[in-house]
Amino acid sequence: MLTCQELTELITDYLEGRMSLWDRIRFRLHIGTCRHCRAFLHDRKLAIKTLGKMPADPIPPDVRDELLHTFRDWKRE
Amino acid sequence: MGRGDEIRGTNASLPGAGVRERELRSGPAAVEAGPADDRALIDRLLAGDEAAFAGIVDQYHGRLLRLARSFVKDQATAEEVVQEAWVGVLKGLRSFEGRSALKTWMFRILVNRAKTRGVREARSVPFSGLGDGDGPDEPAVDPARFRSDGMWASPPRRWEDDTPEAVLLREEARRRLEQAIEELPPRQRTVLVLRDIEGVSAEEVCNILEIAETNQRVMLHRARSTLHRALERYLEEDES
Repeated sequence: MLTCQELTELITDYLEGRMSLWDRIRFRLHIGTCRHCRAFLHDRKLAIKTLGKMPADPIPPDVRDELLHTFRDWKRE
Repeated sequence: MGRGDEIRGTNASLPGAGVRERELRSGPAAVEAGPADDRALIDRLLAGDEAAFAGIVDQYHGRLLRLARSFVKDQATAEEVVQEAWVGVLKGLRSFEGRSALKTWMFRILVNRAKTRGVREARSVPFSGLGDGDGPDEPAVDPARFRSDGMWASPPRRWEDDTPEAVLLREEARRRLEQAIEELPPRQRTVLVLRDIEGVSAEEVCNILEIAETNQRVMLHRARSTLHRALERYLEEDES
């Protein structure tokens, strides 16, 4: 039986689809019976998805103008 | 407007938190621009369409800077690296073959510029080929939270927020995440930015960074675990 502690170390292999079939079954069996690890998996997925929504800083107007200049120069080449 | 506009302004648009593993693996990139959109955009750029260039600059500049920051310490140098990358993009555009997505190609150019700059300034942190995650080999979860038989003693709580949007609406949560990302060891930070923030596939990240898949996965695991802990600490403070 997989322990909860082991599961927290295997979670990336699981989410990355980098597990043997047998380990995958063990992982799923554990998740199916352990609500704490279900919560952990839920939280981990939410954390990952949150990262995917992190906005980047907008470009400062002067930097933008300069890049558009660079583009015009490139066009003329 | 054309379909090219769909790629603007979002680096991930998967619905809900009940995401399947397959979606996490393929990442937000899967719903971004396809090769056809890229081709249309490149044709516009090659034709000298300034609005098209302004479009990708608006869309990518901040993201390139975020990636550059994982290589070079100070903001000013990172900005220079991004400027150089834009020049590299323009120079390479005519020979772009579309073997990878335009986005991935631009990230590759940025990474190469950043590495060159890092070497020149002797400030780069080389990628180890030994499968090392660059940083201490920390457990994913504090061992004190488990009983001696490896079961939870202090179990995690299922977070009340159910969507990334709900999490990010909390200004402080976002600040904590940004801070935790900044504090990651540099190579973990690069991998996390590319994989989870930008949605580049594992294969392409290994390719861009010239590292082995297992090494990439170790770094991703450590980085994700660190951010998970940071978010958990904050949400538990906030909800209690």
